[in-house]
Amino acid sequence: MRLACPFCGLRDEGEFTYEGPVMDWPALDARPAKWVDAVYLRDQPRGETRELWRHHLGCGSLLEVARDNVTHEVASVGYADPAETRALKVRVR
Amino acid sequence: MQPYSALSVIWNGLTGQRDWSRQWRDREPKSAYDVIVVGGGGHGLATAYYLAKNHGIRRVAVLERGLIGQGNAGRNTTIVRSNYMLPGNREFYEHTLKLWEGLSHDLNYNLMFSQRGHMALHFDPAGRDAWARRYNTLRMTGSDGRWLRRDEVRARAPYLNWSPDARFPIEGAFVQERAGTARHDALVWGLARAADARGVQIVQNCEVTGFIREAGEIVGVETSRGEIRAPKVALCVAGSTGPLAAKAGLKKLPLETHKLQAFVTEPLKPIVHTVVSSAQEGLFYLSQSDKGGLVFGGEIDGHPSYAQRGGPRIYSEVMEKAVALMPWISRVRVLRQWAGVMDMSMDGAPFICTTRVPGLYFNAGWNYGGVKATPASGWCYAHTIAKDEPHELNAAFSLDRFARGAMLDEEASGPTPRLH
Repeated sequence: MRLACPFCGLRDEGEFTYEGPVMDWPALDARPAKWVDAVYLRDQPRGETRELWRHHLGCGSLLEVARDNVTHEVASVGYADPAETRALKVRVR
Repeated sequence: MQPYSALSVIWNGLTGQRDWSRQWRDREPKSAYDVIVVGGGGHGLATAYYLAKNHGIRRVAVLERGLIGQGNAGRNTTIVRSNYMLPGNREFYEHTLKLWEGLSHDLNYNLMFSQRGHMALHFDPAGRDAWARRYNTLRMTGSDGRWLRRDEVRARAPYLNWSPDARFPIEGAFVQERAGTARHDALVWGLARAADARGVQIVQNCEVTGFIREAGEIVGVETSRGEIRAPKVALCVAGSTGPLAAKAGLKKLPLETHKLQAFVTEPLKPIVHTVVSSAQEGLFYLSQSDKGGLVFGGEIDGHPSYAQRGGPRIYSEVMEKAVALMPWISRVRVLRQWAGVMDMSMDGAPFICTTRVPGLYFNAGWNYGGVKATPASGWCYAHTIAKDEPHELNAAFSLDRFARGAMLDEEASGPTPRLH
């Protein structure tokens, strides 16, 4: 599997670390039970997934990857944080 | 069941091998049973066997999507050991090792269980101290474990890298002499034969596609071969747990599904006489099968996947570790490489428990330690299904342990399944 990092280009999966599913985290003052669920329980997608990956042997960006976990086909790779995209555009200009 | 003995081997040898009967029967599904075990791997077959043997429940069906033993039961590296430390894990894995010690006789089937010892290498004082704590715990809880100095390891394993410029200079090792390897296919067939003899019905090519509910209770399953009813439905499907449990109403689970690779080389003369493992410089484990192939593996691929094939990053990592520990292995050809799909839990420990869905029982989360656990997993799961409550040996393996803060995190690596 190869991932197209928006900053570095197409790289081998070995350069990236899987950081977990894309999910909504509870508010900091949410009930403990909400946090137990968020930290320990996971949806069980088989097929299309949305995940966070870090390009730890590259630019270090946190990326949002949409892929299929049965075929390993990658649908899209983008910055996880839209602010990062904006910041890069400003710098390039 | 036709009993096997030295006499029957000699008799059939003299009479042209004509007198052997089928080992177990591939059944047509009936419409109802007392217990349905979903999944015909080692754990599912062991569960059915102990349901019949220990609890007298004989109307048991094992439903297998494909053929028995073709999932992780046929994809593992066959290592059996009990060097787990935490209370909960400790008693359970000691129980499984004790069951292994009598299992060939119990099943009347040669499982080729060979207690050739398991050596965990260490490379520095920190590694020694960490393992010493673990093996002292083993000794204080009725198991065996011993520290070997560098020269003692060298006497047992002259084939390791002892050169002064070794990448990982070996300082010593901890050995569990009662640990070893077994023949994984024999385990599947031995359990299938013994379960069949006690009335368990093994149904192959029967995929569970859904669950039948009445008044909130699960009362049976929908399969590719029609509806089958039972008041108790027991999941035992390892890598398929997530999608199947979701259909039964358990949408979120403390699991991620990853893949683990293993490798086998061409057959060699006997050279590696124990299981050799190294957890310190990245996980690596190797043994030599009775056919002579070196069977070895390393860490999981590191991302959720249902593909039963591995990625090239792990090939090179595992080969690097192998060559660092035993440089001569670079001249041996790898014959086969494969991957299995692992149900990795949030703390590295398994689940054998009842669930909040009445009629549904849950066995999963074996990470990459499933084969050694097979007998005790079946033994405890059968007890849980028959009595509707866990045995004290699997009381710690509940789904709600995270909410109670009672994690069994042997590696202390936190709720990150790829690190267990």
